[in-house]
Amino acid sequence: MMMTKEQILQWLEQFADAIAQNKEYLTQLDAAIGDADHGINMDRGFQKVASQLPKLAEQDISSVLKTVSITLISSVGGASGPLYGTFFLRASTAVAGKQELSNEDLASLLQAGLDGVLQRGKAQLGDKTMIDALSPAVTAFTQAIGQGKTTSEAIQQATAAAEQGMQATIPMLAKKGRASYLGDRSIDHQDPGATSVYLMLKSLSEVLGMTSD
Amino acid sequence: MSSSLTDRYALPITSLKATLSEVTTMKKLINQPEDFVRESLIGMAKAHSDLLKVQFEPTFVYRADAPVQGKVALISGGGSGHEPLHAGFVGRGMLDAACPGEVFTSPTPDQMLAAAKQVDGGAGILYIVKNYSGDVMNFEMATELARAEDLRVLSILIDDDVAVKDSLYTQGRRGVGTTVLAEKICGAAAEKGYDLADIADLCRRVNLNGRSMGVALTSCTVPAIMKPTFELDADEIEMGIGIHGEPGRERMTIKSADEITEMLAMSIFEDIVYTRTVREWDESKGGFVDVQLTNPEWEKGDRLLAFVNGMGGTPLAELYIVYRQLADLCAQQGWQIVRNLIGSYITSLDMQGCSITLLRLDDEMIRLWDAPVKTASWRWGS
Repeated sequence: MMMTKEQILQWLEQFADAIAQNKEYLTQLDAAIGDADHGINMDRGFQKVASQLPKLAEQDISSVLKTVSITLISSVGGASGPLYGTFFLRASTAVAGKQELSNEDLASLLQAGLDGVLQRGKAQLGDKTMIDALSPAVTAFTQAIGQGKTTSEAIQQATAAAEQGMQATIPMLAKKGRASYLGDRSIDHQDPGATSVYLMLKSLSEVLGMTSD
Repeated sequence: MSSSLTDRYALPITSLKATLSEVTTMKKLINQPEDFVRESLIGMAKAHSDLLKVQFEPTFVYRADAPVQGKVALISGGGSGHEPLHAGFVGRGMLDAACPGEVFTSPTPDQMLAAAKQVDGGAGILYIVKNYSGDVMNFEMATELARAEDLRVLSILIDDDVAVKDSLYTQGRRGVGTTVLAEKICGAAAEKGYDLADIADLCRRVNLNGRSMGVALTSCTVPAIMKPTFELDADEIEMGIGIHGEPGRERMTIKSADEITEMLAMSIFEDIVYTRTVREWDESKGGFVDVQLTNPEWEKGDRLLAFVNGMGGTPLAELYIVYRQLADLCAQQGWQIVRNLIGSYITSLDMQGCSITLLRLDDEMIRLWDAPVKTASWRWGS
């Protein structure tokens, strides 16, 4: 199955909705170990993204993702702005010229996004950051399509991996970001960045689940 | 904690606790939370139209007479909520521009780039960046964007907070009080005609000689949330806080002003030589490179600037009580306080508490410290 541009736009809209609905929750998670602004910042950025989606209907997938990136970089601030901005910027570069995405295209989109976040944030797996949800998700997706799974099945497995990765941040000691300044007291709290990544994957699997493969 | 102190606090604590648990929303002079930063900046521009101008979309505050031709431009920025830092320090002898983000959220690269273009006087631009991951990433992107547009930009990281000890497990120390001192000293240097590389060296030197430690007596309240960011019981304090209401290193029962001052000061005195790797722009390589930096040790007889900073909700009288004890402790260590600064300069909204910054001075820094400054929130000299 190919992922269409319409589905990309739906995904972004769905993600913006998910952020809006979970704004308080993300902020609560951030208040425990950070500075209580993850939900507010992400919502500010993705409301801007959502408002631009109608205008993007005529553009190709790469340009849509690039616009998302620039919107996030210039409206979110904090650490999430450059991290999510870089994710979408690299994702856009990975699918240049594509009108629709094969499983392999989607895999390279996710991988390029992950690589960008790794590079920008200089975090590794296990640092209690968004990487802990994103990295297992990308691995799960790539494995699933290698096993001949459909896009929808593969993204569902990626979402499950992101959810597990998100939950796995709870016992971790934070090593990056403001949470790292807490030391041991960062333990027993779920990472807000990993949580928003899970919402991103969940939104994608909802959009892809709407169509039958 | 001494038992006499417990007794002294016993009554008010009981009654305060009962009241506090009922308070979920704080009182603020705001209209809409989302207008907090914008309306504050508009008011600032109206109040100080002779000194500064404000631009929106993207947002930055800049000197009314910018660009000053031939002068290196100093730009700093960070989340709002730390006033007067940074916008209050825009003016002659300090910053050319400040980029305010949302409350406790770093500004975005387009703000920093637009500010750089506005104030560039042809001698280059220095970004002074507090070491917080959001600020670092956004200023790095801004530096790359500015360089791509042929603007000569360098950036120096401030990481002076001794509360964060173990550099192996964190991304290093936070940038706090020394930022204020670096902006004053480097601002004076720019005014005197130093070139960009010299100001960057000076800024790095100020950072390496500055050490800070803070304490919170209460949490702050972010306008968009209207609830305290963290919960402290009425008899608790948080040692080793940053400037965003992020909890500190250790929570403990409240102590006397002298005991708290001693704990803050001792954390600074006992600070071991600190080595870390930071990323700085290398002009010859045209990109960011890792640079290893080490704080020099202090010796008896060294001259210090002692900065007692209020976090926003603590009266000046209490800061003087802290300074009184700090001055004695420094004298016991064999250091001379030759300059001081007491007041609320780098705050955390309405948080009660304070931070101490000690900066080891040399002759050049003293001269630049004494140089005239005229900004909305800080002025001396002619």
